[in-house]
Amino acid sequence: MKSKTVVIGTGSTLAMLVAAGAQASDGYDAPANWPSPMAEHARASVLVDRFEYASPDKGEEALVWDFQAWYGGDVNRVYLKGEGENTQGDGEDAEFENLDLLYSRLIADFWELQGGIGYQGGIASNDHPERYFGVINLQGLVPYRVETDLDLRVSEDGDVSASLESEYDLRVTQRTYLQPRLEVAAAADEVPEFGVGEGLNSVRTGLRLRYEITRKFAPYIGGYWEKSYGDTADLARASGDATEDTGVVAGVRLWF
Amino acid sequence: MAAAKSPSLPLSRRQLLKTGAALGLGTAALGLRPAWANPWGQAAGYPQGVETGPDLALAIRRDTLPIAGKTARPISINGTSPGPLIRLKEGQDAVLRVTNLLEEPTSIHWHGMILPPGMDGVPGVSFAGIAPGETFTYRFPVRQSGTYWYHSHSGLQEQLGHAGPLVIDAAEREPFRYDREHVLLLTDWTFEDPASVFRNLKLGEGYYNFQERTVADFFVDVEKNGFADTAAQRAMWAQMRMSSRDIADVTGSTYSYLLNGHAPSDNWTALFKPGETLRLRIINGSAMSYFDMRIPGLKMTVVAADGQPVQPVPVDEFRIGVAETYDVLVTPKDDGAYSLFAESMDRSGFALGTLAPRLGMTAAVPARRQIADRGMEAMGAHGDMDMSGMDHTQMAGIDHPGMQGMDHSKMQGSDHSGMQGMDHSKTQGSGHSGMQGMDHSKTQGSGHSGMQSMDHSKTQVSDHSDMQSMDHAQMAGMDGMASPEAGTMLPVGVAQPGSRYDQAGVGIDPSERRVLVYRDLKAFTPWPDRRPPGRELELHLTGNMERYMWSFVGKKFSEVTGPIHFEKDERLRLILVNDTMMEHPIHLHGMWMELENGAGELIPRKHTLNVKPGERVSALITADAEGSWAFHCHLLYHMDAGMFRVVKVA
Repeated sequence: MKSKTVVIGTGSTLAMLVAAGAQASDGYDAPANWPSPMAEHARASVLVDRFEYASPDKGEEALVWDFQAWYGGDVNRVYLKGEGENTQGDGEDAEFENLDLLYSRLIADFWELQGGIGYQGGIASNDHPERYFGVINLQGLVPYRVETDLDLRVSEDGDVSASLESEYDLRVTQRTYLQPRLEVAAAADEVPEFGVGEGLNSVRTGLRLRYEITRKFAPYIGGYWEKSYGDTADLARASGDATEDTGVVAGVRLWF
Repeated sequence: MAAAKSPSLPLSRRQLLKTGAALGLGTAALGLRPAWANPWGQAAGYPQGVETGPDLALAIRRDTLPIAGKTARPISINGTSPGPLIRLKEGQDAVLRVTNLLEEPTSIHWHGMILPPGMDGVPGVSFAGIAPGETFTYRFPVRQSGTYWYHSHSGLQEQLGHAGPLVIDAAEREPFRYDREHVLLLTDWTFEDPASVFRNLKLGEGYYNFQERTVADFFVDVEKNGFADTAAQRAMWAQMRMSSRDIADVTGSTYSYLLNGHAPSDNWTALFKPGETLRLRIINGSAMSYFDMRIPGLKMTVVAADGQPVQPVPVDEFRIGVAETYDVLVTPKDDGAYSLFAESMDRSGFALGTLAPRLGMTAAVPARRQIADRGMEAMGAHGDMDMSGMDHTQMAGIDHPGMQGMDHSKMQGSDHSGMQGMDHSKTQGSGHSGMQGMDHSKTQGSGHSGMQSMDHSKTQVSDHSDMQSMDHAQMAGMDGMASPEAGTMLPVGVAQPGSRYDQAGVGIDPSERRVLVYRDLKAFTPWPDRRPPGRELELHLTGNMERYMWSFVGKKFSEVTGPIHFEKDERLRLILVNDTMMEHPIHLHGMWMELENGAGELIPRKHTLNVKPGERVSALITADAEGSWAFHCHLLYHMDAGMFRVVKVA
């Protein structure tokens, strides 16, 4: 791994240089024009964990997505993660709750430590307020195979927030999975413009039943319950939104 | 290096095709089956339909051929895939001209052959590889006999059928007789691009496994074993983030298992005349699949392993690891058909042919067994497992149908955290100042200590044995290699504590039928080098299954900085410790490995050693082959994922 250099720039300029593992000079005595007997290649992958149409009881219907794409090797990777929604019929463009560009390193068998920059707002649209973050993320599998993503954010104004996302796949049949999900958001600072209060912001739990037509294409249906708390709930009330809601979803999970 | 390499293509393509046609004419007429897979096989001393040495030409090409009833794009060798049987004779000087008609570099490795390092066919280790359009001439003296095979050592080409059988006829009479012989080459074919298979393994989890445990199984298990035990067992696997059903990485969900290039529905038939003794040369030329081979109704007598004669062992079934070969004798007396049945280790499919006195016959096909669950030995092997934090007493009462060969009583009540301090009483003798090194978990960073210690407690081969492995582990923690003083080592041929040579492995029920185990293999005569080993070299087989990273001593090939050194002409003991929960068929090029299976001076020699999960296996090596040699796991995608090293003898 010594030959890997990672350069992280701001904005969209981020490059990962992976020097090819030239072995010849390391005591193998192989002529320079011989290939490495086992060449490793960088890979890229996109996982769209949720791409769904959500129909809430009280709120507006929305198209919701949650994806992560990466490029790199076994240990060092560059991630692009995005989560957001487009509320239907409000005449506004889509909003990214977060769009993060992260450098990721495998620090233990099941854990990656990630760091980089994040963005919140509407891309190429003035319909939503925007802000940038510094992001630190711990992503991996806790024992009992609970998929976990814990992140800590500091905004450009110094506002601190954190969130936890967990999901678990319960195998019902060889192709059918029941997936409970939990999302918890909290903040150390109030940011009314983004509807963020101090303390526990919100809890959202969901249950999805997915069928893998192939490993890479799996439609699902499900439902969720969400509630906001404390100052965050007050902010929601003030803008006329519900503080507690339930809904149903239908969507598809994809990777390629 | 006697490489006579032509700088450019010496033959025109037309000439080559003509040659290929001459060699493969019968092939086309028979529906593109390899010519050597002749129903009549070969009566002793009457070769037909094969590429007979010492001087022959092979053309490697991407071809469109039918496989399992569908159009496929395998790599062919002289027009067939798998390639022709290459037949050489001991004492010859082989001249094998290999022409690459692919659009990428290729190579052929002569698996199991003892030959000069430049002729071994591993790009980047033995030579540069064979560029597109080029011909490389392999020249080597043939100084052994038996059943071997050949395959590409470039990228993932082996998965595309770039492999074939290699038979060396003995110069002197072999210690057994037969009337007719058949070659049975087992392979695993996928219609997917091998690169995408590899990608799916790297990025998906259990991508090809459709035999995982489900909620429904849970209730079945609860009914059978009770809630507490079922939950406890499930919880342990879940806690480790592993699957007890992880038997094969690539399964019948994508593979067609082939016998001599034919899917079960083809009913490939090997013919015999009742009363004849047949020699079956079974080669596992698959990329990823272990098979359990049997011929219901016939006793098989194993007479050779990895090409080398062994004392006859009558068995009903044998497990053949990837890249291993076994020769068996059968004598069908009845004028009836028998199934040649090779079931994949994870029970997701099988290769099948028929042994019959006439074409067109079939025999009953055995039912596939249920997939087994891996047992404690696999769990304990895994580096991440915190054995001491688990309540093993819970395990004791569980009835695990898949845990054959495991003696739960050994687990019961054993306090693993305390095991590290045990056995002191047994370690009388010379100054073992390295006692503190007994904490394996400290020196290796892996928690296999529990299993090893357990094994120690039941192994009484020698008073010193326990200390041996402890010392080694301590050394291994420093530089991945151990070189204790010769005086403290186990005697030659004695099985290492932690070996399980008396078990065939997961999913085999030894009470069902007589199954070959490594313990059964005894050489016909002692091998020439009778020196005890001068040192020991311990290598741990390691992996991160979540990322599909496979390695020796925790480092992928891309992460190590140089070769493993053998001193020219030294005699050493190689100890392989499997810290993963998968089997690994470990192959050393250029030199034999004499498997220390407890057979004393009659230990068998092999080119490929199957190391079961959690197992500790040792072999003696005479490092007489100067040069650089590949050393790797022969599961194709494990090798490409990093489980590969170069051994340099100098």
